[in-house]
Amino acid sequence: MLQRLEHLLGIEDLTREQISFILDQAKPFQEFQRHPLKKLATLRGKTVALAFFENSTRTRISFATAAARLGADTMNLQAESSSLKKGESLLDTVRTLEAMRPDGIVIRHSSSGAPEFVADRLGVPIVNAGDGTHEHPTQALLDALTIRDRKGQLEGWNLTILGDVLHSRVARSNIHLLSKFGVRITLCGPAMWVPRELETLAPDVRRVTRIEEALDGADVIIALRVQTERLHDPALAAEEYILRYQLTPQRLKLARPGALVLHPGPMIRGLEIDDAVADGPQSCVLEQVTNGLAIRMALLYHLVGGAAVEPPPAKVPDKAQ
Amino acid sequence: MPTTNDRLLLIKNGRLLDPASKTDARHDILLHGPRVVRVGPDLASSDAEVFDATDMIVAPGFIDLHCHLREPGQEMSETIETGTRSAARGGFTAVCCMPNTQPVNDNASLTRSIVDRGAATGAVRVWPIGAASIGSKGEALAEIAAMKDAGIVAVSDDGKPVATARLMRQVMDYCNSLDLPVIDHCEDPSLFAGGVMREGPRSIRLGLKGIPAESESICAGRDVELAILTRSRLHIAHMSTTGALEYVRHAKKLGMRVTCEVTPHHFTLCDEDVRYDTNYKMNPPLASRADRAALIAGLADGTVDAIATDHAPHHPASKDVEFDRAPFGIIGFETALALTLGELVHTGKISLPRLVELFTTGPARVLGIERKIAVGATADITIFSPDLAWTYRASESPSKSRNTPFNGRTFRGAPVATIVAGQIVYRRELTAIAK
Repeated sequence: MLQRLEHLLGIEDLTREQISFILDQAKPFQEFQRHPLKKLATLRGKTVALAFFENSTRTRISFATAAARLGADTMNLQAESSSLKKGESLLDTVRTLEAMRPDGIVIRHSSSGAPEFVADRLGVPIVNAGDGTHEHPTQALLDALTIRDRKGQLEGWNLTILGDVLHSRVARSNIHLLSKFGVRITLCGPAMWVPRELETLAPDVRRVTRIEEALDGADVIIALRVQTERLHDPALAAEEYILRYQLTPQRLKLARPGALVLHPGPMIRGLEIDDAVADGPQSCVLEQVTNGLAIRMALLYHLVGGAAVEPPPAKVPDKAQ
Repeated sequence: MPTTNDRLLLIKNGRLLDPASKTDARHDILLHGPRVVRVGPDLASSDAEVFDATDMIVAPGFIDLHCHLREPGQEMSETIETGTRSAARGGFTAVCCMPNTQPVNDNASLTRSIVDRGAATGAVRVWPIGAASIGSKGEALAEIAAMKDAGIVAVSDDGKPVATARLMRQVMDYCNSLDLPVIDHCEDPSLFAGGVMREGPRSIRLGLKGIPAESESICAGRDVELAILTRSRLHIAHMSTTGALEYVRHAKKLGMRVTCEVTPHHFTLCDEDVRYDTNYKMNPPLASRADRAALIAGLADGTVDAIATDHAPHHPASKDVEFDRAPFGIIGFETALALTLGELVHTGKISLPRLVELFTTGPARVLGIERKIAVGATADITIFSPDLAWTYRASESPSKSRNTPFNGRTFRGAPVATIVAGQIVYRRELTAIAK
């Protein structure tokens, strides 16, 4: 029997069955995004709190839209406007939120472990929307959904992750998720961003310093954002990164024909990825965004709706004819 | 601190372990007021109160070389009174408190006030450690000689290392002339760089910023080189890495007066135990499994001189925050002996006499003082059971803080009585004894 999720704090502790279940649940919501009237009543009367202690536009809008399309109301807390600036503790802030009786809290925080900290102290379902350099589970789920759609399955592929893996919560969640499906993972980037301890995260993870070697035989490539605004101390000159690690059309040819290119966004064209690759037929970046809605709707439906482990509601319209 | 008294106390039927005289025998001890007046088998005294120490170890009073009592300045977390009451429950008869109070103990008047507060409110002896530099800022030398006259037993800028090699050399030279040990918290700030746990597979998995082991060992190497240069007394605080241990071993082989201490949490836990629970956040951070094994080997072979608690109270609200925002440190007086028994003695890694050394003559040697149970000696005595079964509950502690990863842990072995200057300052209720 599938174990019901209480929270979504990370991918690491999920089973393969739980992950497949979420991906399956997202299927009808994917189709729903194409429907002209995008509003369900499934979560009508429910409230989802969006507690973003770290700046975010894309993920916050995605969760807000997912909640709205399920019929839920949202409460917004943003770092700049919150009382955190006035010195209130995280615990007091989320307890205040909880006192307004939300049915679930989506939390993004710059401290690794903050969602778990909150989940341990509150009685509300918590969804991790990215914590520090720990995990970003909904990103990995939407990536998995994208890969499964395009390639028919998750099992058995060669995945290459490019960039600053050390500071990437997207990379960690993807490594945990895909390795559960037997995906062989190659990590590649400037050596100080790809420490050897990363190989201990999961079976079948290896590090490669040359991008040509990393791309050879790849079925799926995830180019990470090179986050110039934080964490890089000392900084690496952008030119150095471009010279050795930019994903260009020439380099992409080294991968398997039809290899997928994913990027968690926001993408900086001309830095980690070349225009032609970002806009090319192998790029999945816009599908990832749409799939993000489907994954987040499925999760909110499951966690906030308090639904049992059963098929999604009959109200989800069939694929547009 | 108790006042002098006049009564007779006879400790009977215990196993006396006195490292100074290498005694390990069933000896009774008669105390008269603050002094030991007789030691020997089957003593009798009709006037004396009798303490039955059957099945217990009687040892010289335990000394903790490293603690934080938070007074003055952070009385929300601890005071000299609450901290020393906790120390007494841990079997300690004297504690050395680090100078990182607010303000920093870098002058004689503050030292004197700590000594006075210790005498007035402390359950056990309070031996302050003075700052090496003014405000522990690493710029100018603190008034070390005046602080020595006021009662400091060592100097340290604990919480951080003595900032530069040049300043460390001056501190060492100066302290050498005053016959004071210099205690250093070894850490390279540029490698430490905002880290929150030991760098390794676990820090990568948790996404917590790692501190490489070399942050400690590089600074320990610097200090050992300077101790050799200046021929002065260097003591490395809360040592947690193989690299630092090797430097100490090297210095000892050369006959240098270099010593070190290890905390119970560093030989009990390792980085693999770290969770998103700020009771696992301390500095230095919990070491790798291999480093922990090296520390235990050092405790066994004599390279490590003392077990020290680094008792670091933080009031609950300050620890109940995100991992990377929490202050470093855990409380440790009341679990130190039990962890040492459980992790090192009952597992056969060290002997009971060695344990007693690590809590008594070991730290005493670091401070350059004597520690013994002999006729005429001060009656500072720790009595403990190596086998008593009990469960540690932080909520029962007299400490103002609760930050410990050992809450709820079941132990074998505990302090039973702590005697300072002939007075029993802590005595365990033995109703729950389970043999």
